[in-house]
Amino acid sequence: MNTNAATQAAPTPTADPAAVRKAISSRPRPSRPSALSAALTFGWRGMLKVKHVPEQLLDVTITPVMFVLMFTYLFGGAIAGSTGEYLDYILPGILVMSVLFTTVYSGIALNTDLTKGVVDRFRSLPIWRPSPLVGSLLGDSVRYLVAGTVIILLGLLLGYRPGAGPGGVLAALALVVVFAFGLSWVFTTLGLLLRTPNAVMNAGFMGIFPLTFLSNVFVDPATLPAGLEAFVDVNPISILATASRGLMEGNADGGDIAIVLTVAAVLTAVFAPLTTRLYRRA
Amino acid sequence: MSAHSPLAVEATGLVKSFGETRAVDGVDLAVGRGSIYGVLGPNGAGKTTTIRMLATLIRPDAGSARIFGHDIVEEADAVRGAVSLTGQLASVDEDLTGRENLILLGRLLGFKRPAAKERAAELLEAFGLLEAAGRLVKHYSGGMRRRLDIAASIVVTPDLMFLDEPTTGLDPRSRNQVWEIIRALVAEGTTILLCTQYLEEADQLADGIAVIDRGKVIAEGTPGQLKASVGSGALHVRLLDPEQRLVAEQVLGRELGGVTLGADPAALSASCSAADRAAEAVAELTRAGVRVADFSLGQPSLDEVFLALTGHTADEVSTEQGDPIHEEQAA
Repeated sequence: MNTNAATQAAPTPTADPAAVRKAISSRPRPSRPSALSAALTFGWRGMLKVKHVPEQLLDVTITPVMFVLMFTYLFGGAIAGSTGEYLDYILPGILVMSVLFTTVYSGIALNTDLTKGVVDRFRSLPIWRPSPLVGSLLGDSVRYLVAGTVIILLGLLLGYRPGAGPGGVLAALALVVVFAFGLSWVFTTLGLLLRTPNAVMNAGFMGIFPLTFLSNVFVDPATLPAGLEAFVDVNPISILATASRGLMEGNADGGDIAIVLTVAAVLTAVFAPLTTRLYRRA
Repeated sequence: MSAHSPLAVEATGLVKSFGETRAVDGVDLAVGRGSIYGVLGPNGAGKTTTIRMLATLIRPDAGSARIFGHDIVEEADAVRGAVSLTGQLASVDEDLTGRENLILLGRLLGFKRPAAKERAAELLEAFGLLEAAGRLVKHYSGGMRRRLDIAASIVVTPDLMFLDEPTTGLDPRSRNQVWEIIRALVAEGTTILLCTQYLEEADQLADGIAVIDRGKVIAEGTPGQLKASVGSGALHVRLLDPEQRLVAEQVLGRELGGVTLGADPAALSASCSAADRAAEAVAELTRAGVRVADFSLGQPSLDEVFLALTGHTADEVSTEQGDPIHEEQAA
């Protein structure tokens, strides 16, 4: 880089056949990477994309920030009597919502990837087959953490004081990220089944939006009509929100946590192999 | 590599259909080690599908193939360990920098991080990409992208490399550079399977050529044999006045024969094997009052090869297959 930075009129650099020959014969083939190493490398690829286009994090954080502000100050008084009380209720809920919304982007990103030639190269490498998928979801988990952290920091700024302290908050965040990892396999499957990134986005949000609103994220289900209340109570997103509130306040129900982890495990067990199969044939 | 399998590629009766279309319809190939083998055909002939099967990306519906003796279905992993792929769309990640692309592949091929970095630097230097190393690939020119693509294919030098139309869309200068790189690769012992639409490219590089049409190999041989079977080169003439093309067509038809009219209303070609016959023909044109803007002698185009081998032009094939991407002679 520093050799000819000053020479503006220098000819366009070209390949040097002699150097190419030398580069070809210079090194022995290394042994294959482990499954973990390959997956982590794909995770690194995901991180690099965030580094080059940090704006993509704004997409997934601005909406939840708007929701926190809107619900707290616009509806908080009406729903819970005071904005402060409502913040205690809604903050863990918005944490859940914002991270789950981010999972849709995993499907969109995968669909976008498939339209590019680079996937062919990945698929022709002698690596653990699911590693591109596992890796990109690991990378996405970092994005989930960022999205979650933004919400928690905003809550603290607005006066939210979780009863269980930092430990409880971290536990809640970890639970949400684990659930999101499981859920994102659903969207990667969708990402491989649908034709365009836009279709994935529409289908994804058409699913996740009502599921999030028909949960206890925003309102106490006791105020709902009986049929709706029954649905909201069994909605895994409600259970996740309840478990997160519990962890943050220090009164979590072990059963709720077990249900959340089980749902995440089942989603992974069903949709991860499905995604891998579809990816192999894509 | 097992010693008892002298062939780099050995394919028998490969078939692949997509819906109603038989993209590949019984392709046999035999490619010796250390050679460049050209697969020549128009868009939609089945070249890319054949490569994708050989590179283990898709499974054949019928037939079989071995890469250095390894079955592409049963021993796909061993095949992947021996080949690398440079796709028709450059197989690099546009949202990363050139350097990151090479480090990524180095890591995926098993290099530790420092070794991957070192290898990336070495390749960037050799391929003249050092200055652009930190730029996102989406901002690269077509030629730079191709060079990076090929560099990415030799992070670990493969035994067999698939090159799918490596110069389509490149300007002549970048094309020559890619050719130089390909020659360097083969000089170091890599076997290359080259898909191309250009007879000139196959002629320049390949030791053997298979012409493929509608999923079938319709001719095979050395470039010399192929050209001999097609007949000859061509005299390309461009007229100052398109109105005179009819007259020119008659003159050239009488002098040389095999006249084809170009998409350019002022251009036409006639088949021609010897330069002195061409000179006479041009003189005849002048004598007939036809004003010539320029003329050149060229090798037969893919169209002419196809006309000679199949009785229809390459153009008709690609239109039928509904694959109009990068047709050169768009009017």
